[in-house]
Formats: sequence, structure tokens, C-alpha cells
Amino acid sequence: MRLLKSLVFAACLVPLGLLVWRGFTDGLTANPIEFVTHRTGDWTLRLLLVTLAITPLRRLTGWNAVIRLRRMLGLFAFFYGSLHLLTYVVLDHFFAFGSMLEDLTDRRFVTAGFTGFVLMIPLALTSTQAMVRRLGGRRWQALHRLVYVSACAGVVHYLWLVKADLRPPLVYAALLALLLGFRLYVAMVRRTGRLPHAARSGAVP
Amino acid sequence: MLIKRTPAVRSSEITDERDYLRRRDFLKAASGAALAAAAAALPDRPLRAAAAQEPLAPIAPSPFSTDERWNSFRDITSYNNFYEFGTEKEDPARHAGQLRTKPWTVRVEGHIGAPDADYALEDILGPHALEERVYRLRCVEAWSMVVPWVGFPLGDLIRRFEPTSRARFVRFETLFRPSEMPGQRRPILQWPYVEALRMDEALHPLTILAVGLYGKTLLNQNGAPLRLVVPWKYGFKSIKSIVRIQFVENRPRTSWNVSAPSEYGFWANVNPHVDHPRWSQKNERRIGRFFRQETRMFNGYADQVARLYTGMDLRRNY
Repeated sequence: MRLLKSLVFAACLVPLGLLVWRGFTDGLTANPIEFVTHRTGDWTLRLLLVTLAITPLRRLTGWNAVIRLRRMLGLFAFFYGSLHLLTYVVLDHFFAFGSMLEDLTDRRFVTAGFTGFVLMIPLALTSTQAMVRRLGGRRWQALHRLVYVSACAGVVHYLWLVKADLRPPLVYAALLALLLGFRLYVAMVRRTGRLPHAARSGAVP
Repeated sequence: MLIKRTPAVRSSEITDERDYLRRRDFLKAASGAALAAAAAALPDRPLRAAAAQEPLAPIAPSPFSTDERWNSFRDITSYNNFYEFGTEKEDPARHAGQLRTKPWTVRVEGHIGAPDADYALEDILGPHALEERVYRLRCVEAWSMVVPWVGFPLGDLIRRFEPTSRARFVRFETLFRPSEMPGQRRPILQWPYVEALRMDEALHPLTILAVGLYGKTLLNQNGAPLRLVVPWKYGFKSIKSIVRIQFVENRPRTSWNVSAPSEYGFWANVNPHVDHPRWSQKNERRIGRFFRQETRMFNGYADQVARLYTGMDLRRNY
């Protein structure tokens, strides 16, 4: 597991490494700021989806140890989200708060994206073991359900910003619907007292 | 992604920045020699359009050209919106090589004195002297470039076809050929791409049909072999790879306008006072620069074109 964790850690840094490599080799296109904004945004969404895939993966395969990757993946999603926001604030608008505030109020895709990011902040802050203990497992878990809202906001952000070709954001939307639908299914089954077929092996606590 | 195709233009052929900043000196010194050489080399050969670049000559300078610094050839040919080849900025440079632009015919029809007919590109270009027009290009997505186009006034072409009084709009269509334009295999926009101008806009001396840039024929990703350039309007009005020019009475339905009428108006004049729902139009990023700059009314061409719109509410007619 330690080796796997190190490998996943390294893999999560690859997109950043590629951006840096492109930066040094003149590979960021004619509009580098736009390119970096899009790439960091893509990876925020992808890592959020990967994070949300951990629980279904665990339930379906019974591979419980995989849960130990979840915090790191979530923090990497937050990391790329931070880079995405920093690119917007520093490179794109260079701290022109007036125009950013206008974006935030007038452009709904900015509102959605910012909401998604802000919702990740408390999750990142309470990601340590000490915080889990302080909040208590149940409250911690309730708080961390915010990640569902954050991921939805992220996908809506992408849907609202594309000009004509909705296919890429719809792929993210479909995957997110699948991951959230799985949870809904499990919850419904639990409420009616029937165990889902795949989880009858005892993976459900 | 790296472009795996061998570029049609070797980097050695790209004008060095130092040279194009001194281009006026160069033009003075070389124009005489160039004209003589061109006259000798191309005495009566018609201008040929090409998939690969060919030098264009002679090219006269124009008083309409801006003195602003040109964007690099690489910027202009690698960062394009041409959805027929894909929706990413790098897609056109990646995919446009498969388009064959020879032979090329343009259908000219509608309310004109001349008969409706298909014209070979050579006949369309026939009598027109080429000029270099260095124009600002402002995209609706709030970025801009400075492009040294080579072309001729659209008005000169229009007058050849003797439009009648019923010709109030000029409608253009882009080639529809999904086998060579992969973006057309999905209904991202209404294909073929359609754009149009009111007759006075089409006749305005700033409006050109371009056949080249940087002194050579257009690359496919820039709309080879024949495209419109209307510098005071957002880039999507400047339709590429034109195969049909129609003179019509009623205002045509244009592709982006049909796709999202609340976002893309028919007029699409560059206007910092009317925001697009997704982009502030108050400022723009000039490609190659870090800081945004303020967007100017009619993209800085207000002195020449504002009179076309007197009495029009540009907030409603965006």
C-alpha cells in the first residue's frame, strides 16, 4: 500500500510536470494563460471524480485498503483547483478585483466554479486525522458530503462555459451521475433493508 | 499535443521578428526589385491558390494598415477557431492539412446583373490587385491578434457582379465537405457555416477578401483559399474557405446567431459596452502579451465605420 500510495502521489504530479515541461519548451500554445487554465481545470474535475470513485470501487470489489488513497486524491483535486483559481486571479486578471467581482456576479459559469472551489476549502482544512477526531466521525462524514455539491458545481461550471460542443462536459456529467447514483442506490437499498447483490459478501458495514 | 505532420512551412521561411519590425525599410529597398522579379517570373500566369503556401506578389501597402506589432506567423497559424476542423484552438492546425483546395470554385448568385454561375477561384481573383492589410482581429472570446492579411476589397468584387437594388445583404457559405473537414461530422453548428453582411458593410473599403497572410497564400487553418476579413466585427463574422456568395433581399440566418441568438448577434460589432454572457468585452488579451488591454469601440475602426450604424441601438442590435 505504501508503494501504491507513492505511485499515485507521483502520478498526480504528472499533469503539473507536463505543464512545467511545456512551459520550458514553448509548448503552451499561443495563449499560455488559457491553456494552463483549461488544463488545471480539467485535472481538478478528473481528480474529483477519481476521489468519488473510491467508495464505489471499495464496495464493488471489497478492496477496503483503497480507502487510504482517498484523502490524497481529494487533496490533489484541491491542489489543482487552487492552481486553476490562482491562474485566473494572478495570470488572467492580475488581481483586477473589480473585473473578477463582475465575473463572479454576472457570469454564471464563474459563480458555479467559484462555489465549487469554496466548498472544497473546509474539506481540505478538515482532512487531517486530528480534525476527524475533533469533529467526530459522524459529523466529519456529514461535512465531507459537501464534495458531492462541489463536484456538481464543477461540472456545471464546465457545462456553462463551453461555446457549442457540449460533449466533453457531458462526459464528466455522466460519470458524476453514475458515481452519485451508485451512492443513492446503496442508500435506498439500505433503507429498505435489502443488501445490494454485489455487496452481500459483507463489504457494507 | 505536438503536431505530428511535417509543417508546410519551414521555420526558416518564417519572417524573423527583427525583419518584420523593419519591414518598411525593407519594402522601400526591395519593392522595386520585387516588382521587377514578379513581372518577369509571372508575366501572365493567373494567381494560383494552394494548400501549401506560395508567395504572393506584387502586394501593395495600404493606408488602412495598423502600425501595431504583428503577431508571429506561428501564433496566427496555430491558434485558430475553425470548428470545421475541431473545437480546440490547436485542432485546425492539426487537421486542416487534409483539405484539398485545388480545384476551388465559388458560386456567385442572387440579385445580380451577371448570371448565376460557378467561378473558378482564378476567375474570382482575376482582375484584383493585392494589398497588404495589417488589421487587428478581435475574437468574441476576448483575445486579439494583429494579422498582416493579403487581399483585395470585397466591394471591388461585388461591383463586378452588378448587384441589383434588391440585393440588400451578401450571404457567404463555407465549404461543406465532412470527408476532409472532420468537425462537420457532428452537428456542433449549423453546417455549412453561414455568415452575412449588410450591403453597405460589404462595400465598405475596410472589408476585404483575403487570400494570404505574411505575404504568402493562406494556410487551410486560416481559411484557404478565400476568406472574408471584417476588422471591426468579432472574428466569427470573417467566414473562411468561401464557396458561395449570394446577393439576397432579406437578412440571412447566420450560423452562430442561429446556434445561440442571445449570445451572438447578427451584427457582432466589437463593442466594449455590451458584454457577452460569458466574457466581458471591456478588455481583451492580445496574444503574446501578459496584461489585458482595453477593447476599443468597433475594434478601433470607429472613425471609418461608426457612420454605418447611426440611429441604430447597438445595445439591442449586438
